[in-house]
Amino acid sequence: MAHSTSNYNLDQKFDFTASLKKSIMTVLVIGAVILAFGIITAMLGGGHDHANESGGHEFHWYQRLFANLWINNVYFTGIAIIGVFFFALQYAAQAGWSTAILRIPLSFGNWLPFAAGLMIVTFFVANHDLFHWTHSYIFDKDSPEYDKLIDGKGAFFYWPMENGSFPIFYILRMVLFFGFWVFFFNKLKSLAFEEDIQGGTSYWRKLRTWSALFIIFFAVSSSISAWDWVMSIDTHWFSTMFGWYVFASWFVAGLSAITLVVVFLKEKGYLEMVNQNHIHDLGKFVFAFSIFWTYIWFSQFLLIYYANIPEESVYFVERLQSDVYSPFIFVNLVLNFFLPFLVLMTRDAKRHAIFLKVVCSIIILGHWFDFFLMVQPGTLGHNGGFGLMEIGMLLVYGAAFTLVALGALAKKPLIAKNHPMLEESYHHHI
Amino acid sequence: MERDKNFVLGVYEDEDVLLEAVSKVRESGVKIHEVYSPFPVHGLDEALGYKRSKLPIAAFLFGLLGTILALTMQFYMMKFDWPMIIGGKDHAAFPDFIPVTFELTVLLAAFGMVGVFMISSNLKPWGQPRIFDLRITDDKHVMAIDLATNASLGEGKIAEVLKSSGATEVNKKSFE
Repeated sequence: MAHSTSNYNLDQKFDFTASLKKSIMTVLVIGAVILAFGIITAMLGGGHDHANESGGHEFHWYQRLFANLWINNVYFTGIAIIGVFFFALQYAAQAGWSTAILRIPLSFGNWLPFAAGLMIVTFFVANHDLFHWTHSYIFDKDSPEYDKLIDGKGAFFYWPMENGSFPIFYILRMVLFFGFWVFFFNKLKSLAFEEDIQGGTSYWRKLRTWSALFIIFFAVSSSISAWDWVMSIDTHWFSTMFGWYVFASWFVAGLSAITLVVVFLKEKGYLEMVNQNHIHDLGKFVFAFSIFWTYIWFSQFLLIYYANIPEESVYFVERLQSDVYSPFIFVNLVLNFFLPFLVLMTRDAKRHAIFLKVVCSIIILGHWFDFFLMVQPGTLGHNGGFGLMEIGMLLVYGAAFTLVALGALAKKPLIAKNHPMLEESYHHHI
Repeated sequence: MERDKNFVLGVYEDEDVLLEAVSKVRESGVKIHEVYSPFPVHGLDEALGYKRSKLPIAAFLFGLLGTILALTMQFYMMKFDWPMIIGGKDHAAFPDFIPVTFELTVLLAAFGMVGVFMISSNLKPWGQPRIFDLRITDDKHVMAIDLATNASLGEGKIAEVLKSSGATEVNKKSFE
């Protein structure tokens, strides 16, 4: 064949230049400064605001800091694990088109060990301030604060210990999920890079098996982690769609991040093999899963709204009737549905970098707002909001994530040169 | 000579030969009326230099029509024609309308797209599709050249071009 992959430099590596590192570090520092300002203003102003409801607990500025840590922990863990999931999905589905870009989602997984550490530390530092169910008095039958409903659910957190003691089952799940995710990520990564050296189809077969196993584990763990890390904040409330809802949010944010990095690398002159057809497919993924997220969001909302059962509708009452959060419900829908839907509808928009760059950035910000709306109303109530602390923390986490992912990407070749489907990816045409 | 009446047909056996032939024939200055094939040939649209189909625009407009129709219908029925209280909500409870709106949008987009396609490619019930060669529904690819649009070349020259591009047969076909 006249054209083939051999025309390209298959050993190409991403050069993580000092100037690029410096600009990401600048974002991190700016974020840290904004965060510090936010903390100082909260310390000076917010400390005197006494909450009248929820047993008259006094509100402290650090609760907002913890809530912000938690939002970003969950959100960036999601983007990282979606990178691994997307990688595994390509093998499980025996997809060929994506071979040229596989290293990008894989690099996201390098955030997982950091995410695990941050998540566990934040949980132990912030537990009473984030999770109502960690208070032991609500399990004490003699206490006026005794909560029969949460006591009934207690085993999900505290088994095999007594309700209200140490949440061993909860911690165990957190450690188990992160442990397995990191294990699968390392397994997939080492097989993929060994393939670069050894060649042959046996690695592809092994990768497919491990990918399938990971996807089975992820199907269960993503759902349960959504209940654990997000839904348990509103301990009384429950939604059977919540696992899907969090997964959908993670998935579309992860796809947007993958697309952004691919477009960025392409513009820097890397990934010569990637052409408009690959970009188009990524654009279709982003477009389709924005709609998927909206579908899940709306399905959850409509059933609760229509049935109007108080213990279910309280979740939306807390958000829609609050002067702090109600505008963000609409921000959430506009950023994550209307804009991507209308902008990415045409074929040309999905094939041109400029539209994708704008829409993917919007979606990444938009899904941060989605998690903001899941975490803050239940933890901070009317003391929450979108201010300096939120902006700063998002910038810090975003920059740190980018540093880790791009740093890992620079260490290994960008193209899986011995992947049996590389030629197919090169000839991908739609 | 009248347009769209008299054709020279090149019959091809193989889609790879056909793809090459399309470029060769176009390079030699012959304008191709249409190529008929029993199955989709990848890359044929590009080889023929066709612009992208405008069908998605029709789909969008019909979809929009469906959205507007569904919303006005439900608002009219629930707010003015026969107001009902369902589940303690307002008469015009917007979220309740979304599923129906979604369905009607999809339905009209799909029907509209199929309808426009049928009409524009002469597959409408009252239309009479012209069959250039019955074998295009079986195993042959046929390239149709309108004699009128290639009047300067003459029939003999066109036949020669077709033959040299790999056509196994060259036939003539006229329509009333």
